[in-house]
Amino acid sequence: MTTNTHVHGHDHAHDDHHPHGLERWFFATNHKDIGTLYMWFSLIMLMVGGLLAMFIRAELFQPGLQYFQPELFNQFTTMHGLIMVFGAIMPAFVGFANWMIPLQIGAADMAFARMNNFSFWLLPPAAILLAGSFLVPGGATAAGWTLYAPLSTQMGIGMDMGIFAMHIMGASSIMGSINIIVTILNMRAPGMTLMKMPMFVWTWLITAYLLIAVMPVLAGAITMTLTDRHFGTSFFNAAGGGDPVMYQHIFWFFGHPEVYIMILPAFGIVSQIIPAFARKQLFGYASMVYATSSIAILSFIVWAHHMFTTGMPVTAQLFFMYATMLIAIPTGVKVFNWIATMWQGSMTFETPMLFAVGFIFVFTMGGFTGLILAVTPIDIQLQDTYYVVAHFHYVLVAGSLFSLFAGFYYWSPKWTGHMYSEARGKFHFWSSLITFNITFFPMHFLGLAGMPRRYADYPAQFADFNLIASIGAFGFGLCQVYFLFFVVIPTIRGGAKAADKPWEAAEGLEWTVPSPAPFHTFETPPVVK
Amino acid sequence: MKLAKRLQSLMLGAGMLAVGMPAWAVVDSIGGPAVKQLNLAAPATKIAEEIYSLHTLVMLICLVIFVLVFGVMFYSILKHRKSLGHKPATFHESVAVEIAWTVVPFIIVIAMALPATKTVVAMKDTSNADLTIKATGMQWKWGYDYIKGEGAGISFLSSLSTPREQVGEPGIAPVGTRGDNYLIEVDNEVVVPVNKKVRIITTANDVIHGWAIPAFGVKQDAIPGFVRDTWFKSTKIGKFRGQCVELCGKEHAFMPIVVKVVSEADYTAWVQTKQKELAAKADDPNKVWTLDELKQRGEKVYNANCAACHKDSGAGGGANPALVGSSIVKGAKIDQVKLVLNGKNAMPAWNSMSDTEIAAVITYTRNSWGNKAEQNIVQPAEVLAARK
Repeated sequence: MTTNTHVHGHDHAHDDHHPHGLERWFFATNHKDIGTLYMWFSLIMLMVGGLLAMFIRAELFQPGLQYFQPELFNQFTTMHGLIMVFGAIMPAFVGFANWMIPLQIGAADMAFARMNNFSFWLLPPAAILLAGSFLVPGGATAAGWTLYAPLSTQMGIGMDMGIFAMHIMGASSIMGSINIIVTILNMRAPGMTLMKMPMFVWTWLITAYLLIAVMPVLAGAITMTLTDRHFGTSFFNAAGGGDPVMYQHIFWFFGHPEVYIMILPAFGIVSQIIPAFARKQLFGYASMVYATSSIAILSFIVWAHHMFTTGMPVTAQLFFMYATMLIAIPTGVKVFNWIATMWQGSMTFETPMLFAVGFIFVFTMGGFTGLILAVTPIDIQLQDTYYVVAHFHYVLVAGSLFSLFAGFYYWSPKWTGHMYSEARGKFHFWSSLITFNITFFPMHFLGLAGMPRRYADYPAQFADFNLIASIGAFGFGLCQVYFLFFVVIPTIRGGAKAADKPWEAAEGLEWTVPSPAPFHTFETPPVVK
Repeated sequence: MKLAKRLQSLMLGAGMLAVGMPAWAVVDSIGGPAVKQLNLAAPATKIAEEIYSLHTLVMLICLVIFVLVFGVMFYSILKHRKSLGHKPATFHESVAVEIAWTVVPFIIVIAMALPATKTVVAMKDTSNADLTIKATGMQWKWGYDYIKGEGAGISFLSSLSTPREQVGEPGIAPVGTRGDNYLIEVDNEVVVPVNKKVRIITTANDVIHGWAIPAFGVKQDAIPGFVRDTWFKSTKIGKFRGQCVELCGKEHAFMPIVVKVVSEADYTAWVQTKQKELAAKADDPNKVWTLDELKQRGEKVYNANCAACHKDSGAGGGANPALVGSSIVKGAKIDQVKLVLNGKNAMPAWNSMSDTEIAAVITYTRNSWGNKAEQNIVQPAEVLAARK
């Protein structure tokens, strides 16, 4: 309560002073402005990472080397991964968190406004380091987004720039997470107990803890890489008594929770949209919270399923297989819950609902391939093939990205004060869904047939499916350009005036404030029954 | 339907446009991927078969769940719409339902894990191999050393044999007709006998590589400074193709793996040719050497192979007889040649050494440490003759 009164008083002092122009953005302390900055940043990075994906698919359009030397191709695959994970998906969710968490819990702002500013403004320098590394001698790092040692030791200065960029992004994530945790735990409106929080807030609370737990682990791994490269250490160098496989253990101890960092907030968004458009309460709120927590806890004991081919002892292979298969259970609980929420509802299918249902359908396919990959012997056949590429794009693109689109269509009336064009939103959904599947479904077949990933050229037998995938990818890329120029920008510039609560059955405090949400909201905390 | 057809013709059109320039008909690779292959490679080992059926089983379970779960979802999407006037129900939270949909998946997962466990244990059992081969990954080719079993001592490098002009380069169109095994053919194939357990030890010189043959169900990272192992026992004769699967730098896509499985008799024949080839490469057995040349060479061979038992001074010790003053060393040279070739008691047969090496080392012992044999020089040709 003391925190609330304090923030309350603090905001009043600034009411007269409404920053404008560059100052508004550079010195932004308002959670809505910072949320907007995060989302613009991630949208730009999505376009940059997407362009790299187009280069990759252009080279793989047919066998042979047409456009890029293999070393440049490897830079593209590496940077596509790094930019999409650290530049597009993660900041987008943090942007959503900044905008929506205070609005959903009835807080006036985030707990640490200036740290919030800092954690955003760390990102552009990191992005410049990453993008700039293409221009230095030797180019960007080409060691794959996993940066496995000792290949990473062979890279040029681009690798060091990548390491620094990731350090900066990691610091930004940790600060963002601290901010989110403190805000959620201390600044909820009176009466909003933990078990009354909206699902998006719950999933972000758990995600923030995951981030704090694993970002330092990544920082450790890449710092050891850095000292191996320049200061004569041998953490990952066998000739000096180190162990290259240790890098993989450390990396994936970060890496596996990281994939849940990118999907748990997505679960939160979908868990809010489905009840709103089914006009029916979420079937099992408590079990959703428990399922999310179980997934988070399990994520710490499954990392070595990324490493079945490194030659672990049989007991380790069995342990990680069993633990990984267990994750199917809480994930299943979530999917069943969403469907039980839809069951006997009164559904309408505006764009947010389309993307949410599309998410369930396509994400679950990624879940199934995940279960198949959990089975160690099958994984050994499919490890490092296009099957894995298909799998993680089904969960990261059709999962995380589709949920972000769903969230955009759901909350953009609150952000912009305008309704997006329903026709354009629907076109965006259907074209994305179709081109996505044209791109990534054939990759399952390529993987089963044994086509290794990160290949600049491939045996001619793989040509047909690669051709289809490339055509799909160009289409999918165009769909997202369409989204930017024909949905996002027009919605910001104008459009039908949005009601304070544009969705009939939407629930939550965010719909009690005007659209667009004024600069300051909840200066007097609302009371939740 | 119409849309699907249009899409098909669009793709066909784009495809022809793309592949138009270096037009060649692609057919299935023998032992490699098939054109438009939809499933795992045809298994050539028992393990690969088990993996194949495991995948089919898990796939079927997933398909059944898929149909059930999405059947319910799409039924709901079609029927429970506001536009159809469906009124929302108000039910939520049901302990019974929630326990059911936690327990049932748990049972299904166990059903998947049980057969998988058996296969994992079998895959990791590399004991009692008939043949052990070390595969060394290097940027960007594979090195093979036959370590144990028939053919021990054979070693060679294996690199991509597809000419680089066929790959092309940015701005330079590919030249020449690509074969059926474009990018999955090598100059020196790994030859192994059929129905024999072959243990592959992997390691690497520089960065991590990955040794894999899909038809065998084998995939093992090759890690610099560490050794890992895997095994296969091919039940089929023929060539089997794989590729490096761990990103290893710019030529990652250009270091394939080809294993040629042959009958036991063919394998023995291959080992003999290979050994002869290697020996021939090392030294021409018909060259006539001078005494000093042989002594010089012999000292090196002696120090590397013989000194461990017979000592630098030739004095021997314990069970190892002294060479100084030995009647065999001083006597007829043919006896000593035969003894070195065939071994005696604790002394192993040294027939894997080349004729020149054996000739040199014998000549060295006959002229060192005060030994002054009457027949003081052995030529490689004499060793070659003694082998028969």
